[in-house]
Amino acid sequence: MTTIDKTAHVPAPRESVSGDGPLLDVRDLHVEFHTRDGVAKAVNGVNYTVSAGETLAVLGESGSGKSVTAQTIMGILDMPPGKITQGEILFRGQDMLKMSNEERRKIRGRKIAMIFQDALSSLNPVLTVGYQLGEMFRVHQGLSRKDAKAKSIELMDQVKIPAAAARVSDYPHQFSGGMRQRIMIAMALALEPDLIIADEPTTALDVTVQAQVMDLLAELQREYNMGLILITHDLGVVADVADKIAVMYAGRIVETAPVGELYSRPAHPYTRGLLDSIPRLDQKGQELYAIKGLPPNLTRIPTGCAFSPRCPKAQDICRTDVPPLAPVTEQDGTELAGRGSACHFWKETIHG
Amino acid sequence: MPDTTALTKSTDASAAAAQTPTTTDSGPTPGKPRSLWSDAWHDLRRNPLFLVSMVLILLLAVMAIFPGLFTSASPRDANLAEHYLQRPNWGHFFAPDWLGYDVQGRSIYARLIYGARASIMVGVIVTIAVTITGLVIGMLAGYFGGWIDTILSRVTDVFFGVPFIVGAMVILTTFEERSVWVVILSLSFLGWTSIARVARGSVITIKQSDYVVAAKALGASTTRIMTRHILPNAIAPVIVVATIALGGYIAAEATLSFLGIGLAEPTVSWGIDVSAAKDQLRNVPTVLIIPSVMVSITVLSFLMFGDAVRNALDPKMR
Amino acid sequence: MAELKKEQEPVDATPNVSEAEAVDAATEAEAVAAIDAPVSQGEPILQVRNLVKHFPLTQGILFKKQIGAVKAVDGISFDLYAGETLGIVGESGCGKSTVAKLLMTLERATAGEVFYKGQDITKLSGRALKAVRRNIQMVFQDPYTSLNPRMTVGDIIGEPFAIHPEVAPKGDRRRRVQELLDVVGLNPEYINRYPHQFSGGQRQRIGIARGLALNPEIIICDEPVSALDVSVQAQVINLMEKLQDEFNLSYVFIAHDLSIVRHISDRVGVMYLGKMAEIGTDTQIYDHPTHPYTQALLSAVPVPDPSAREGRERIILTGDVPSPANPPSGCRFRTRCWKAEERCATEEPLLAIPERFVSSATPAAHESACHFAEEKDVVHAA
Repeated sequence: MTTIDKTAHVPAPRESVSGDGPLLDVRDLHVEFHTRDGVAKAVNGVNYTVSAGETLAVLGESGSGKSVTAQTIMGILDMPPGKITQGEILFRGQDMLKMSNEERRKIRGRKIAMIFQDALSSLNPVLTVGYQLGEMFRVHQGLSRKDAKAKSIELMDQVKIPAAAARVSDYPHQFSGGMRQRIMIAMALALEPDLIIADEPTTALDVTVQAQVMDLLAELQREYNMGLILITHDLGVVADVADKIAVMYAGRIVETAPVGELYSRPAHPYTRGLLDSIPRLDQKGQELYAIKGLPPNLTRIPTGCAFSPRCPKAQDICRTDVPPLAPVTEQDGTELAGRGSACHFWKETIHG
Repeated sequence: MPDTTALTKSTDASAAAAQTPTTTDSGPTPGKPRSLWSDAWHDLRRNPLFLVSMVLILLLAVMAIFPGLFTSASPRDANLAEHYLQRPNWGHFFAPDWLGYDVQGRSIYARLIYGARASIMVGVIVTIAVTITGLVIGMLAGYFGGWIDTILSRVTDVFFGVPFIVGAMVILTTFEERSVWVVILSLSFLGWTSIARVARGSVITIKQSDYVVAAKALGASTTRIMTRHILPNAIAPVIVVATIALGGYIAAEATLSFLGIGLAEPTVSWGIDVSAAKDQLRNVPTVLIIPSVMVSITVLSFLMFGDAVRNALDPKMR
Repeated sequence: MAELKKEQEPVDATPNVSEAEAVDAATEAEAVAAIDAPVSQGEPILQVRNLVKHFPLTQGILFKKQIGAVKAVDGISFDLYAGETLGIVGESGCGKSTVAKLLMTLERATAGEVFYKGQDITKLSGRALKAVRRNIQMVFQDPYTSLNPRMTVGDIIGEPFAIHPEVAPKGDRRRRVQELLDVVGLNPEYINRYPHQFSGGQRQRIGIARGLALNPEIIICDEPVSALDVSVQAQVINLMEKLQDEFNLSYVFIAHDLSIVRHISDRVGVMYLGKMAEIGTDTQIYDHPTHPYTQALLSAVPVPDPSAREGRERIILTGDVPSPANPPSGCRFRTRCWKAEERCATEEPLLAIPERFVSSATPAAHESACHFAEEKDVVHAA
């Protein structure tokens, strides 16, 4: 998997980085859950990389394993019932899964931060937002109460909360949904992490506010030269901000591509089906294409390609052999940078 | 009219959805319908806590209903002359003299067996009574809200404020003859408040849920909404509270009997036996220890049972 | 299914009722009869006039004193024609879900009327209301909370028949439920399963089957697909379109997803803070919007097509939606509007065809509540 060159914003890293490798490198990650109905295989061999200043969008429906992967990276997966059975998560070349709890805690929040979908339940309702923002500085940097407050105001300014100085002592419920999500972003930014994982950051927000928050996130990411993993189910949101996209289905990455190419020339029938099933805003469509069937039960993932029972292109081989994530090339064999598809018939899908 | 061409597409999509669930469906597992109750039962059967408590409770229940199965001796046969404070004869399993005799020369083993009835009766009947009372009051307050809720909730608060044992003592002292039923009445009179509060709380949550709104939109009557939608969904937390409280009522009966204001002779009760034996601890400790252990085992069985039920009905609380 | 013709409800005035009650029963029977009369295609089946819903804000525990009101819906008028789909879009808090509850008479309107076949349903009660409910049904947003977890699918879909026994005799119900399961694309053998054994998309099909059971004329859909996965959304939308044709249903389709609303709707109304900002056919609203709010809303929709995105103008609104308890004077959108002038603060713009377009035949000539209505295409690349 190649990373995409974003020459526009690759300033020198803020810290001395060991090697020039990617910031985060997830390798062959497997996670399963032990449930009443059996073992649910939530993540089945996920690979992806994120570099500084790069935005990777992980796209998938519920149960695709996109959030479980993120929780595993953050080290906040509930274990049990969750269990990491295989794989490595390299952060600046070091495998986080082999680190001690103490080492991981130092990375969490300081180096890798997370933004959740539901800002209201992620903030403590009985503490002021200023206190909660300041806590990061008091705990991690040992600042005094007063300095921490000043820093909090600065942060709130940075995420464009109007009248930050006046609102620093307000409680979470006094803010609107969009403003709360800004506070969550401010908290994630507080310790200037190298990587931010945003799990459906705008799903709970209205369209007009969504645009504001996504713009802010993109702007801050450029400013701080952070890596950003954007987890979402919304093909529209991704199109605006991502550099590259990984599409997940039943715990595997089925397609990777630079953002523009995914939409113009999908190389996996699932991606194509998703794109075709979305109604258009700019014209009245005649009919909606609907992917038949339902996403698989993770305790009983179909053999071969997990998408095969729903796939219009499925052949016998699809029901027996798991397709590897193969590099996607032009018809003449020229490699397409950053593109891969886990489909036996990717050639037919992209060129046919 | 919007496009009719979408028709063909969606029919095969839906047909596929209907045909493929056993292979690709994330919902139904192949097999039987599974209600939440059957899921809970499935969990319970695999819970050792539940199995142990169930065995003990069944044993106690059989003791309560058919004490004659366990001993031929009568718990009221007193033979002071021969058996005054006779020590246990550990080798004579299940014989009247197995566990010795008490200060009145009565078989401790027989009293142990016959004492189960009072405890179980008080526990079970009080629980049933408070559950019904609490459910009715809680559901009325929760569903109708407004002034009905205000009045019922204040009444609940007043009863809740009365210390349980002290309140029961006050009530019991007004009765001349204190049979099992009098104890049951006094405990039930005070015990319903926690059930009412739990029921009210869950009814308030449930009445706002979409399926209740859907039933209203269909024109369902209040009775129907209450019985078909609210009650079946509000009952689980109530059952949890009730089963856990059951052990408490048994302990309360023993406490009151020990204090001499609960059950009275000739009723056979472990609490009374503990009370009668309290001066004999130095001489013959078994006279005191045996009924005390019985109370503890019974209370513990019901608490474990309640705990297991709670885990099964509300997996999130684990 | 298709021959599920509505039988006239038997009007049996019980002999031992007092005179006043008898009169009531007679008018009620009249109402019931009116409600069961058919409406031909293209005629308004539902007429909403100046509908208002204020939720009082009270203070004090014992002696509640009203200190204000949340103006959730504040004077809305529109028509729903037989067989059409009217989309209602808007952001959270704009009052669109309250409109759904008012149309279902689940909330009592503070003021205004909702005429269904000439009857003002906001004033009905008892048997007449029950008859109306047979004809106006609802599909809910969240398929996980809208089905009673303790009931089997058969009981859930059969409940409408239990409440309205005149629709299906008892012995026939099981067959009817299985027919309905088949109609919505579920296996009729699932009749004894419980909701939690189904996925979100399947549950929504169950909800739709329940809504269809009484063979209603109108179905109010409150965000029916927003809780579903993208690949399942299309299935449900297609199903709803199929059912509309099959049973000649009229839909009020409430949603925040503008693309889906465009796909399914014949006409679209845009709500902002309890008011209708703009209403027209889908082409008029999406391709020729004249209200600044509609334009901002449309421009903000992320489109899954980066090439189309480049050429589109984006209007990013500042600030948040004001509180409906204390809406701005004049035009409610003025606090976030880039066109706002003094006039907007003092004079409330009425929902009407803007004067400058009245005599022209352009698609811009549709109702829009803005003093400075002006056409602007924001969804197509320049």
